[in-house]
Amino acid sequence: MSKMATNEPARRRGPSAVGVFRAALKRDLLLAFRSKSDLVNPLIFFLMVATLFPLGVSPEPGFLALLAPGLVWVAALLATLLSMDSLFRADFEDGTLEQALLSPQPLILIVLARVLAHWIMTGLPLTLMAPLLGLMLFLPADGMGGLMLSLLLGTPTLSLIGAIGAALTVGLRKGGVLISLLVLPLYIPVLIFGSGAVQAAVTGLPLAGYLALLGAMLALGVVLAPLAIGAALRISVSG
Amino acid sequence: MPESVLKVENLYCERDERVLFDGLSFELGAGEVLQIEGQNGSGKTTLLRILSGLSRNYEGELFWRGEPMADVVDEYRQALLYFGHLAGVKATLTPQENLGWYAALQPGIDSASIDTALQQVGLAGYEDVPCHMLSAGQHRRVSLARLYLSQANLWILDEPFTAIDKKGVAQKEQLILRHAAAGGTVILTTHHELQLDGLRRLNLDQLAGTS
Amino acid sequence: MAKNKTEKNWMPRWFYQLASPRWCYDITGKLLPAFSVLALLLLLGGTVWALLFAPADYQQGNSFRIIYIHVPSAILAQSCYMMMALAGAIGLIWKMKVADMVAKACAPLGASLALLALATGAIWGKPTWGSWWVWDARLTSMLILLFLYLGVMALHSAIENDSTAAQSTAVLALVGLVNIPIIKYSVEWWNTLHQPATFKLTEKPAMPAEMWLPLLVMLVGFYCFFAVSLMLRLRHEILRRERRSSWVQALVESR
Repeated sequence: MSKMATNEPARRRGPSAVGVFRAALKRDLLLAFRSKSDLVNPLIFFLMVATLFPLGVSPEPGFLALLAPGLVWVAALLATLLSMDSLFRADFEDGTLEQALLSPQPLILIVLARVLAHWIMTGLPLTLMAPLLGLMLFLPADGMGGLMLSLLLGTPTLSLIGAIGAALTVGLRKGGVLISLLVLPLYIPVLIFGSGAVQAAVTGLPLAGYLALLGAMLALGVVLAPLAIGAALRISVSG
Repeated sequence: MPESVLKVENLYCERDERVLFDGLSFELGAGEVLQIEGQNGSGKTTLLRILSGLSRNYEGELFWRGEPMADVVDEYRQALLYFGHLAGVKATLTPQENLGWYAALQPGIDSASIDTALQQVGLAGYEDVPCHMLSAGQHRRVSLARLYLSQANLWILDEPFTAIDKKGVAQKEQLILRHAAAGGTVILTTHHELQLDGLRRLNLDQLAGTS
Repeated sequence: MAKNKTEKNWMPRWFYQLASPRWCYDITGKLLPAFSVLALLLLLGGTVWALLFAPADYQQGNSFRIIYIHVPSAILAQSCYMMMALAGAIGLIWKMKVADMVAKACAPLGASLALLALATGAIWGKPTWGSWWVWDARLTSMLILLFLYLGVMALHSAIENDSTAAQSTAVLALVGLVNIPIIKYSVEWWNTLHQPATFKLTEKPAMPAEMWLPLLVMLVGFYCFFAVSLMLRLRHEILRRERRSSWVQALVESR
């Protein structure tokens, strides 16, 4: 590496890491804003799934209140999963992914910006919408704070893990169903601790432990997932 | 003898049960232009994708300025411009935004030169039009504008003249010549008869072994 | 990737020669008879010992004897995943074809073992808990492990190119490997929250030697059987992938 530094004048090093990350994030957000329907779809899905349960099981408030923590979390998880498949697909099809892989900038940064943009566009709105679903499913008011906090910490992990699946299946025509097969088992710990946190909040137990675990998983995800996503993208584009 | 820029040693690649090339070796120096020839399906694109580092399904060694490719991959990416079948242009972004993103990824491009590059490919006045509203040829020219922007030393161009009119082709030929004269290296595939002096050719059909 | 070849330099050359498909085919051919005999003897001996001579459990009577299949298959299903992930990593980092093939051969074996562990667990559950399925922590973890295997297999079959498929599944298997401890922990934690103090499978207080010795024999027998099946699958895969090479064609002609 030192060899390179001496061969290459400083000017050629190009933009800084922060600059690249910021440029990537700006572009991804811009792209997302220009195709607004993609943004709304997961939210509508989220709402619809939550409507199905009272219809399919029972509209009885006490019963729904019992199920609510798990239901909202499962709905959020499925809504995130639904939005994952398209994460890299457009870039793969128009060749911008190729160009990003060939750029001298660290792929990890570009990938991380992409996942962050995805979370801002799906995970964050889902989190903000969750109290509405909580109301519909008679989640006790004490649980709302726990619900939002757990989703705030949990949905970024869902985006990170889902992005691994998206990267692995980006070159495949039947990516959609396959990605759920790959990703759902990996979502289980987030689901367990996420809905656990809501349940604890409902029953008035301390939340900190759950949130710490969700945070730890997020930290692990931020460190490791971009590596896997980057490797998977290179493999998918190569094949 | 020009300094070796890119060296390929004993390259082997197979796809769909078919050996595309076996024992392919060549060396390119500064200022050289190499045209890869061959029938459709002879592996021209595959070879270019291997050389660019996109495809890793091969056996053999690549060297960049005498160093094994794996050791200098960052340097190589800084020195490379790859123009593939896919334009690498976002349809929802404007030409300016597209090139802005390219400039953010590549070292040594200042954003002021983007407008000049767009002018040079004949897209002046279209800077702020989303690319999905451009014609196929214009779409492609957005991508070609990178040739005017880039500081890259090695150009790998896969069919760069597709959907470009005659005048445009002559212009690009001049551009390639200028790049080579300035010490750059170009590897390309094209169906056009190139009018370039000192053009080297590599025919994949002869290598593939028809047996 | 950048790392691949730089690391290649410090790996001795024999590492690659040993890993050549042809060498691997020859050596597994020599090992196969020994392992087959060993697996047969251990499994037969272990089964007879376990079913006829080991004492019955004072609580569960004879129904506990299913652990002699349940426990080895569960343990092996987990080791198999680890092996698959490690083989995949070796294939990914050093571009070693044989490692790719080992990883590919592992997936269906591990999935069948996980399925066997689940089936025996369910059968055991009927007399013990009175129902075929209980959301016991271990059974649930095993079910998720089965899902992980199925995901790996689905991804492999969805990708046409052999080497791309191998690389992609290796990444997935490694991601799964990192996740397995987290999954196990979370499921165990979830289980204690929802089902306090259920009767735990396999966690018997101080099993007497007459009980665990046959279990050990069965476990080793299972490992040998696993080695045999793995080698058979691997040899099959080697022949398929190398079918156009001269040594395989010579082999076919000599038959």
